[in-house]
Amino acid sequence: MALTKDDVARLAALARIDLTDTELEHLAPQIDLILESVASVTEAAGDDVPATSHPIPLSNVFRADEARPSFPAEAMLAGAPAVEDDKFRVPRILDEE
Amino acid sequence: MSETTDLILHATARQLAAWVRSGEHTSVEVTEAFLDRIDEVDSTVNAFISTNREAALAAARRVDERVAAGEELGPLAGVPIAVKDLLCWNESPTTAGSRILEGWVPPYDATIVQRLLDAGLVIIGKTNLDEFAMGSTGENSAYGATRNPWDSSRIPGGSGSGSAAALAAFEAPLTIGTDTGGSIRQPAALTGTVGVKPTYGGTSRFGVIAMASSLDQPGPCARNVGDAALLHEVICGHDPADSTSLDAPVPAVVEAAELADVAGMRIGIVRELSGEGFSADVRQRFEESVELLKAAGAEVVEVSCPNFGYALGAYYLIMPAEVSSNLSRYDAMRYGLRVGDDGSNGVEQVMRASRAAGFGDEVKRRIILGTYALSSGYYDAYYGSAQKVRTLVQRDFEAAFAECDVLVSPVTTTTAYPLGEKVDDPVAMYAGDLATIPSNLAGIPAGSVPCGLGASDGLPVGFHIMAPAMADDRVYRVGAALEKALEARWGMPLLAMIHDSDAAQEARA
Repeated sequence: MALTKDDVARLAALARIDLTDTELEHLAPQIDLILESVASVTEAAGDDVPATSHPIPLSNVFRADEARPSFPAEAMLAGAPAVEDDKFRVPRILDEE
Repeated sequence: MSETTDLILHATARQLAAWVRSGEHTSVEVTEAFLDRIDEVDSTVNAFISTNREAALAAARRVDERVAAGEELGPLAGVPIAVKDLLCWNESPTTAGSRILEGWVPPYDATIVQRLLDAGLVIIGKTNLDEFAMGSTGENSAYGATRNPWDSSRIPGGSGSGSAAALAAFEAPLTIGTDTGGSIRQPAALTGTVGVKPTYGGTSRFGVIAMASSLDQPGPCARNVGDAALLHEVICGHDPADSTSLDAPVPAVVEAAELADVAGMRIGIVRELSGEGFSADVRQRFEESVELLKAAGAEVVEVSCPNFGYALGAYYLIMPAEVSSNLSRYDAMRYGLRVGDDGSNGVEQVMRASRAAGFGDEVKRRIILGTYALSSGYYDAYYGSAQKVRTLVQRDFEAAFAECDVLVSPVTTTTAYPLGEKVDDPVAMYAGDLATIPSNLAGIPAGSVPCGLGASDGLPVGFHIMAPAMADDRVYRVGAALEKALEARWGMPLLAMIHDSDAAQEARA
C-alpha cells in the first residue's frame, strides 16, 4: 500500500512539524521507497527470536538520594526563546473557548 | 608559510605534545599555527562551524605555564583539538549543524569535553556536521556543505564531515567525532584519515546531543593510528552521569598500537562485506591490504554473517524511530528557535512552525519515517522486526568471533563522490553505509585506517577493522600493523600525498 500525501500530512501533524504541499509531495514517494527497501526486515526473524533494544545489557542505575546544587536559574533561562519574571514564557496552552 | 609552521601543522599529535613538554615549541605557538591555518583554508573546506581563538589561547597559555612550573603533564597536553559540534561546550555555541540551535550556548560541558580540558588539550573550535548527525555526505548542515580536501568538488563523507576534513586539511591534529551508523569511520575512509568507534558504552554520551541513543558513540579521529589511541585513552572510561556507560577498564589501546604486530592473529574476511556492492577501486585496495596482513604473519579466514543483509534495513527503522523520539525535545519552549509567537498562535502552532523552520529536509524525512515506524498498527511489523534483526546480527558476530580475533571489510562502497550526486536519492545514499552499520547494531568497536588511493580516481580508500565488545585494542593492533606495512611501501603517510601528485601517482599504481 503506497503512502499518500494525506498519510504523510497526518504523520507530520503527529510529529508537530508543518510541511508545505511541495514538501508533502516530495516526501510521500521518498518514504514509500525507503519502506519498500527495508521491507525484507519484516521477514527476517521468526517468533522464536527475541528482540534486542540495546547493544549491551542495561541495568538500572541508582545514586544516593542526596540534595546537590543545581544549575542557577539564570543559566538555564539564558538560552530560552522568551523569558518573563525569571520564568520560561510560553505561548498560550489552552484555546480561548 | 614558514618552515616551522609547516613542521607544526604536519607533525603528529604525539610529536606536538613532546615539543610542548620539552619547550621546543610552546602550546600557544602550536595553537596559533592551527588557528591561522583555519583562517587561511576554511573558507574553501568549511570544516568548522565556529572557532574560539580566545578560549583556545587561554588554555594553551595555562599549559605553557604548567610546563614552565615543571609540572608533569599528560601525553596530549598542549595539543589543539577540534570537537564535532554535537558535543556541548560551555565556551562556544553548540548547533548540531541545525538552524534550530543556532547560537545556543550550553550551560555545561559534555563529559568528553571536560576530559579533554582536564588532560590539557586545547579546544580550538567546533566542526561541521550533517544536521543532528543525519547524513553520509556532509551536505545536510545548515551552515553549508563541508568539502573534501583531496578534491573540493567532492563530499568528505558524513556525518562527521568537519572532523575528518579538518584533519585532512591540516586544520587540526586531532578531532572528536560521533558514530551512529558509520559517521566516524565513513568520513575517515573518504578523507584518508583514521577514525575509531569505541565499544558502545566505552565513551560517555553525557552532553552529546542525542540522535539515536542505542547506536550513538563518540570516538577519536586522527591522522594516524597511534594518535587515535592516545586520544582514545583520554576520552574513554566510566562516567556516572551516563547510565549506559560501561564500568570496566579501558582496553590498553596505546600499547596495542605500539605493538603493531599481527603475527599469529586470526583475521576474518566477512564474505557478505567484501564482494558485490563495492567498487573495483575499493575492492582492489582492500584485497592488497589483506595480503599485507597475511605477509605480516596473520592467518586469514573467510567467515559468513548471513543476516548482515538485513542490517541496513533494520538500522533505517531503529534509527529514525529513536530520532523521532529524541528530537521531540526541540519544541521551541525552553531553548532553540521559536517562530510564530506573535500572540495569535497557541503552543502547538508555535511548535509546528518552529520545527518546520528549524529542521532541514533530511531531519524532517527521518522524523516522519520514525513516526511511521512507531505508529500503532505498524510498530510490531517494523520496529519490532528490526529489533529482532539486531539479535540476529549480534549472533552473527558472536559466531564469527568464535573463528577469528577481528573481522575486516572495506569501509565504504565507493570513494568520495561529487557533491550533490545523491541528494535526492536517500536510498542510494543510505546504501553507502552497508559495511559500517552492523557494528553499531551490535555495539562492537570498529575503526577505519587509510589503505591507499583508488587506481582510477586517486581518492582515499579505508580499511575496516571490527573486534568483539571491549576488545578495542585489537582494532588498534591490526590498524597500526597495516599502517606500518603500507607506509613502508609508500615511504610516507597517505595524507602526505594530498598535494603531491607524483607521490599520489605512485601510490595509485
